[in-house]
Amino acid sequence: MLWIECPNCGSRPFEEFRYGSVFPVTPDAITDLDARNVDYAWMQDNIQGVTLERWFHESGCRRWFTTKRDTTTDQFLPLDD
Amino acid sequence: MNEFVETLLDLPWQTCDPKPAYDVVIIGAGGHGLATAYYLATRHGITNVCVLDSNYIGSGNSGRNTTIIRSNYGIPESVRFYQHSLELYQGLEAETGSWIMHSTKGQIWLAHSVTTARTEQTRALMNAACGAQTDYIGPDQIKARCPQIDLTGGGRYPVHGASYHHEGATARHDRVVWTYAQGALRAGVHVFQHTPVTGLVKDGDRVTGVQTPRGTISAGVVLSAVGGHVSTVAGWAGVRLPIRTHALQAFVTNAYAQEFAPIVSSNDLVFYVSQTPRGQMLIGAEYDRQASYRTATSYAYLQACSAKATTMFPFLSKLRILRSWAGVCDVSTDFSPILGHTGVDGFMLSTGWGTWGFKAIPAAGEGIAELIATGTPPPLIAPFGLDRFANERAMADPSSAGTR
Repeated sequence: MLWIECPNCGSRPFEEFRYGSVFPVTPDAITDLDARNVDYAWMQDNIQGVTLERWFHESGCRRWFTTKRDTTTDQFLPLDD
Repeated sequence: MNEFVETLLDLPWQTCDPKPAYDVVIIGAGGHGLATAYYLATRHGITNVCVLDSNYIGSGNSGRNTTIIRSNYGIPESVRFYQHSLELYQGLEAETGSWIMHSTKGQIWLAHSVTTARTEQTRALMNAACGAQTDYIGPDQIKARCPQIDLTGGGRYPVHGASYHHEGATARHDRVVWTYAQGALRAGVHVFQHTPVTGLVKDGDRVTGVQTPRGTISAGVVLSAVGGHVSTVAGWAGVRLPIRTHALQAFVTNAYAQEFAPIVSSNDLVFYVSQTPRGQMLIGAEYDRQASYRTATSYAYLQACSAKATTMFPFLSKLRILRSWAGVCDVSTDFSPILGHTGVDGFMLSTGWGTWGFKAIPAAGEGIAELIATGTPPPLIAPFGLDRFANERAMADPSSAGTR
């Protein structure tokens, strides 16, 4: 079982948490305003590796927090890593 | 592929190394990649084609799905596309002479609330208008088709009715892959297993080939038929995709000694059940919430999914879970596939197959093959181009995916 480090509750089982979202980043290379809107609305970075995300400790302290996660292993990493 | 399989099928593998150049290079030797190669060869006479896979054929999502074939979608373009695919599946054994264990079972899509009942009634009318056979049926007809169901849903999820999709079917996923591989190989297509593509070759803005550990291969057209890692492949070409990759889990029980005839799904509870030819009960539900490339399964999922399935089918609680698995699904943000041109010359896509890829293998392969051969997307796949997002023509159909 995976364990997640909650900033308030310490190490807790994965199932207590709920995925929120990634931080959407539109590349600076896209300069056209319409194209930027399309990118923001639809496109995904879908990173295969470490992402920056929001998670919610649903069955715990019920607080949102920001974390890093490796999408190839689901391991959570400290923010300053 | 192991020796046992090769004794069952005649797969005339080429013995040479990859040639330095092909007309078409397809990345990914799953159902979609091999079907495209098969139709390029058989429908259009294009046999100077190479299909590459990082592992063995069908080792990705073609080997990890729940083998359901249906066309009861929620928007006209999708209904027509999947209905064509369903019909190609029905004729595939006759066309190829290869047994894919195709079995028409009918699919019952349960409604547990008045709102969902209305959705399913709309689905039935929409399907009928677009050529798919779907009717709305009441609890008595559901019980007649599936005696094992608890119509009270454990007292909590009473069954109001269901849409019944007459032509819903299953086929053996491996055999579909092998059938297309056999057809393609016999026509002279090269299929290389254990040959990962590590990058694309570009000439200016144009994609002109692929890099592999066995050397660089030039191509007139590179098609990505990759499942699970398409954002990475498209990223090499500079193409951004509206895709998030999620793991989808499923499991089978030990054999149930009686017949369980139909495929049963529920959109309110989000799960689906069917019986495999071996008698095992195959159960699946929604994909994991977080985006992930990990194919691990979890006890929490088995627990949650079993709770839902046993609520509607109490007999399942007497069975044991035999094995579970997960595939990584490229889920598009409008829940429809992405097919064809990418805006980069020489680079095409067959992706966005989320949880609905297996049923689409024949129609997508045939459509993409025609696009490669003629340069124009045929009407059935034209609405699913990547440019639909910029053109405000998104094909939103989340409620038909059988997941959420």
